[in-house]
Amino acid sequence: MIVEIGAFSLVLALALSLVQAVLSATARVTRSRVLAGAGEGAALAAFAGLILAFAALMYAFVTSDFSVANVAANSHSDKPLLYRIAGTWGSHEGSMLLWCLALTGCGAAVAGLGRGLPDGLKALTLAVQGVLGVVFLAYTVLASNPFARLDAPPIEGRSLNPLLQDPALAFHPPMLYLGYVGLSVVFSFAVAALIEGRVDAAWARWVRPWTLAAWSALTVGITLGAFWAYYELGWGGWWFWDPVENASFMPWLVATALLHSAIVTEKRGALAGWTVFLALAAFTFSMLGAFLVRSGVLTSVHAFAVDPTRGTLLLIILGVTAGAAFALFAWRAPALSPGGVFAPVSRESALVLNNILLAAATATVLLGTLYPLIREAATGEAISVGPPFFNLTFTPLMAALAILLPAGPLLAWKRGDARGVAQRLWVAVLIAFACGLAAFALVSPRKAFASAGIAVGAWLVVGAFVELAERARAFRGPMTETWRRLSGLPRGAWGMTLAHLGLGVFVLGACFETGWKLEAAEAIPIGGRLDVGAYQLVLDQVRGVEGPNYDAERGYLRATKADALVCEPRPERRFYPTGGQTTSEVAICTRGVSHLYVVLGERRPGADGPVWLVRAYWNPWALLIFIGPAIMALGGLVSLSDRRLRMAVGAKEARA
Amino acid sequence: MRRVLAILAAMFCLAAASDPAERLADPSQEARARAIFREVRCLVCQNESIDDSNSELAADLRRLVRDEVKAGMSDEEVRDHLTGRYGEFVLLKPAFSWGNAALWGAPFLVVGLGLLLLVRGFRSRGAEAELSQDEAERLARLSDDEPT
Repeated sequence: MIVEIGAFSLVLALALSLVQAVLSATARVTRSRVLAGAGEGAALAAFAGLILAFAALMYAFVTSDFSVANVAANSHSDKPLLYRIAGTWGSHEGSMLLWCLALTGCGAAVAGLGRGLPDGLKALTLAVQGVLGVVFLAYTVLASNPFARLDAPPIEGRSLNPLLQDPALAFHPPMLYLGYVGLSVVFSFAVAALIEGRVDAAWARWVRPWTLAAWSALTVGITLGAFWAYYELGWGGWWFWDPVENASFMPWLVATALLHSAIVTEKRGALAGWTVFLALAAFTFSMLGAFLVRSGVLTSVHAFAVDPTRGTLLLIILGVTAGAAFALFAWRAPALSPGGVFAPVSRESALVLNNILLAAATATVLLGTLYPLIREAATGEAISVGPPFFNLTFTPLMAALAILLPAGPLLAWKRGDARGVAQRLWVAVLIAFACGLAAFALVSPRKAFASAGIAVGAWLVVGAFVELAERARAFRGPMTETWRRLSGLPRGAWGMTLAHLGLGVFVLGACFETGWKLEAAEAIPIGGRLDVGAYQLVLDQVRGVEGPNYDAERGYLRATKADALVCEPRPERRFYPTGGQTTSEVAICTRGVSHLYVVLGERRPGADGPVWLVRAYWNPWALLIFIGPAIMALGGLVSLSDRRLRMAVGAKEARA
Repeated sequence: MRRVLAILAAMFCLAAASDPAERLADPSQEARARAIFREVRCLVCQNESIDDSNSELAADLRRLVRDEVKAGMSDEEVRDHLTGRYGEFVLLKPAFSWGNAALWGAPFLVVGLGLLLLVRGFRSRGAEAELSQDEAERLARLSDDEPT
């Protein structure tokens, strides 16, 4: 019964989205406040409908109702509660429902929170958001219904893939989807602004909080995914340039570019066309990601679409939605005002360079992901584009971006003073060089590229502090004055400093880990020893343990450094009888910001009794790889709390 | 999800390239072989190098590469041999060829195009700024309302 209520709510939400689109659009045409209010009501109601539908599906998962096809295919009554809940969005159908939940949630947020928006812009935004809701809800209802029942329900479900039964991965899709779909609001705002024919500072200010929120959620989502890959897959790697990862990374890159170009539009009224273009592109890349991941077009190059109907439908949705938006852009953008002028050395120029490099990076990732398809379609030759390509193209672009970055915030708007910026940054240059040289000289083996990476990371970190010191006029007056200025800084400034600092922390971690990671693997008996870097691992015993829905072998190891006990890793090798799958549960000892990473492999027959394959990695500074993006996301949230970004404030200023 | 399944299939045996049973005796040769592994695709896997994969084919390819490295072949010769046998698909790093010119050239093209547009913008705007008094007044107004 509850499942039927869910299915009914879903269809109701589809109808309500249609009502939202029609009423809001009519409200704009007739300038009717009553109709606009009704459209807003429909948006809120559609969201309520989806909450009901989602709760119903979650209920089916929690109670293991295997008469629902989706539950039977993706859940199991043995599974712990958290993963039964997470199973709700673990499948194609469930994740589309989550997508729609986020989409209608965004529409409801615009309706509920956008009180200060001009009536016309708000109604149009809600109309576009309603159209998006109709498209995706229709897809969900017609092609991927999560509530479909089975004629003959099985006694037991087929379970969620055990690799996905992990806390980080339970929260990874919701954050990612919040980010993907959060960008839909930006898209709707852009379409609305193009129809209105007005893209100005006020518009940029309204778009900013949505971009910030979506960007922060995407940052957290991608980082959780990387963290999961790091400790669950057992390779010690965290980024594989896999098409699925690229699909989530492209919207992030575009959203990052948009955050920066929107500042120029907000402060100087320039780049309006480009900002609108990015606003459209960001959600287009989200939809492209949804298509790439779901259609199976990329992971398996030779078979188009796992489910051809779904893949084709998603491609049509993508083509029509993005096509219509960009056609509108091509028609209306030339009429947008070019905005303020600026000199070659200015903050505007720095932000434009930022955008050029981020656009090139996005193009690189896009082409790297799609090129095998293009080449095969064009010439019939199959090629592969793997990590070596991205390391040679993406990395230099990001290095250039990182080298330019600290100068950007120190430049004045319109006309900057290059010499002044150089004077303020020479300390940072010296420290960065010293760090790079120290890494080159002290860390063995000697690695020039990794050391250069350390220098770049240090440059970003010190650059962020220099920028903060500049704002506070530190070292140029009494401490109390510095403190007064620091505490008076707007949250947006703090957010920017944190985000840039986080990038530096990430670069430090990524370069150190990639450059100086150590690997060791041996087949050792009980009592056997494995050395990795400065650490000795001894395998004391291996015991069988029983989990809630798996059997495991657990290794009891001791890690010592210079004969002092450091930690006792307990890696496991788990067997899930339901799916017949084996996974490894990595043991990670955190030493400062570095990781000692231990994996228990298969048991083999040895000369005197069994031996176990034990792999261990020394991943120096690995923790920074995940702390960095966390700081960046925190920066986004701090910036989001800036009172200047609240919609009502922007509206008041726009009216004044 | 598919990638996860692929990796999952690989996890039945957790050794891959680091398996001590496969290793070459000479550490420098082993290091060279490992470097080559990372640029060779496991042909039957979704998107993995033979360094990561545990499929039988990956193990065979690793044996092949290790044997050739041991026999004193250069990295280039090993790669040529692989592409001769399996085509360009086997290399994770696409060749610098005309067929891949668009791929390798795209980053430079976008950066170049962006810089060109930026410079052209400065030129045309610079001329306007010199001529128009409105522009100068507007600039002054803009700089007044901007708190630094």
